[in-house]
Amino acid sequence: MDLYGELILDHAKRPQHAGLREPYDVEVNHVNPTCGDEISLRVHLDTVTGGAQDGAPVLRDLSYDALGCSISVASASVLAEESLGRPVAETLETYRHLHAMLTSRGEDPGDPQQIGDAVAFAGVAKYPARVKCALLPWTAYLDALARAGADISAASERPQGA
Amino acid sequence: MTTGQLAAQPLSEVEIARIRADFPLLSRTVRGGRPLVYLDSGATSQKPRVVLDAEREFYERHNAAVHRGAHQLAEEATDAFEAARATVARFLGADAGEVVFTKNGTEGLNLLAYAFSNAGAPGALDGVDESWAQRLRLGPGDEVVVTEMEHHANLVPWQELCRRTGATLRWVGVTDDGELDLETLDDVVGERTRVVAVTHVSNVLGTVNDLGPGSRLVAAARAVGALVVVDACQSAPHTDIRELTDPHSGVDALVFTGHKTLGPSGVGVLWARRGLLEAMPPFLTGGSMIEVVRMEGSTWAPPPAKFEAGVPMAAQAVGLAAGLDYLTEVGLDRVHAHDQQLMRHTLDRLAERPWLRVLGPQDPSRRIGAVAFVADGVHPHDVGQVLDDSGVAVRTGHHCAWPLHRRLRVPASTRASFGVYTSLEEVDALAEALDRVPDVFGLAG
Repeated sequence: MDLYGELILDHAKRPQHAGLREPYDVEVNHVNPTCGDEISLRVHLDTVTGGAQDGAPVLRDLSYDALGCSISVASASVLAEESLGRPVAETLETYRHLHAMLTSRGEDPGDPQQIGDAVAFAGVAKYPARVKCALLPWTAYLDALARAGADISAASERPQGA
Repeated sequence: MTTGQLAAQPLSEVEIARIRADFPLLSRTVRGGRPLVYLDSGATSQKPRVVLDAEREFYERHNAAVHRGAHQLAEEATDAFEAARATVARFLGADAGEVVFTKNGTEGLNLLAYAFSNAGAPGALDGVDESWAQRLRLGPGDEVVVTEMEHHANLVPWQELCRRTGATLRWVGVTDDGELDLETLDDVVGERTRVVAVTHVSNVLGTVNDLGPGSRLVAAARAVGALVVVDACQSAPHTDIRELTDPHSGVDALVFTGHKTLGPSGVGVLWARRGLLEAMPPFLTGGSMIEVVRMEGSTWAPPPAKFEAGVPMAAQAVGLAAGLDYLTEVGLDRVHAHDQQLMRHTLDRLAERPWLRVLGPQDPSRRIGAVAFVADGVHPHDVGQVLDDSGVAVRTGHHCAWPLHRRLRVPASTRASFGVYTSLEEVDALAEALDRVPDVFGLAG
């Protein structure tokens, strides 16, 4: 089956950057009420100093404890891997492209340039019931950003070129 | 159930094939041409053609708003609706006047729970027989008892009732084997207990709770004058439940839903003792359920009309009656014997796979309708996905019984559940499809 690519299974078995870490600004807990999948997620924000993005928020750390199916755990792992250390604005851009791919019912194969390893979740889009598994960590991440005071309005804009 | 009678014969291969031919949906394919293996009847059953025909005929020939109108169609529609009520009553071994049509099982349980909180309103129990009235008054110090294996539908309405009235919710626990822990019964059910709400069959584990003659739980409730409410949603499709409505059963009310019992969605049944129905204040109010309406206030029609506000789901009730007649024609004792043969076969096939762990009683005769299991190291969603890829439809998650899963220390489970049309070959297909799970997820199968 095309859903469980090796990349997803690898991330599910060995989630990257897993475990809740200090220091952090905000911790959120999200559940998927239909199945009981849970994630606790912490963000630690910093600001870029110097350069064109001076003062922009950057994701210094993202740590998590995910309990759930392989799709949700792998998604948390990929979220951490793709986002750690990056400016928040770039991670929101990744989210927009990922969201577009996941909700395309399989029509948008995803662009590795934009979403990196998250293209592995393209197969999830064909299974509407599993889309929320893949989105759970990202929804928690957006919530954590908002609670930490970051502007997440860019997350709901349409991706460029989509 | 049918204890004490001669054991009924399970359905033969030929009979199962004949039954399956009556269910059009079962012949379709899924996921790229694979034959459908539908093992999710605990969520909703498929419908035999007679149910679809009954609904269609109602709409094509008799459709009108029931209990209204001076014309022939209104009369025919009303007759069809009331005939459906009579069929439900026969299925339950009860009086038609004790049968209330609801939207589903959940609504029936809310109707009961709200009767207690509405009973606290000024004048709500005026003219009500005091022996019933005192059983409906609920407040601080009173206790409502449920069990840890309840579906959310028979838990949350009682939690909310307690929140509204100040009563205390208590519960009978579940053992590691998935049985009610009746050793704690004396601690849980006592003088303050006003309601005991319990499921007949666990929607997750299939555990059958003994609520018939000799039931310890029902006896304990009766001894303290508590009302006994039974959720029969998971037993009604599989076994004869008439013993629960027997005048001496000690059960005061029960609900089941149409869509799990071969009927359409949008119709369920509440049965309650006549005295209780007469005493309970209405849940939903409006048209049809009134006696006299003045601008200053209104009085209520006698039950069951008192609980059926608005134009009812006549076509669905007619469809449900056809579904219940279908089960009755097969014979509920034989339906149960068939479920038992499926249960034995499923437990045997699953036991061949040591990486699976079946939740709940290991004795098939302690179960009805459903088998939930977990695979070490693989989340139920992933198990379900692999099964789906083989055309096998099961349910995964907590099946609206989150506290039960917490109690059994699993986050979720995979559940295969049966209908009268389920074949032994489908259980084999489940077992074979499960064998793909270790391959996909790299387990040592």
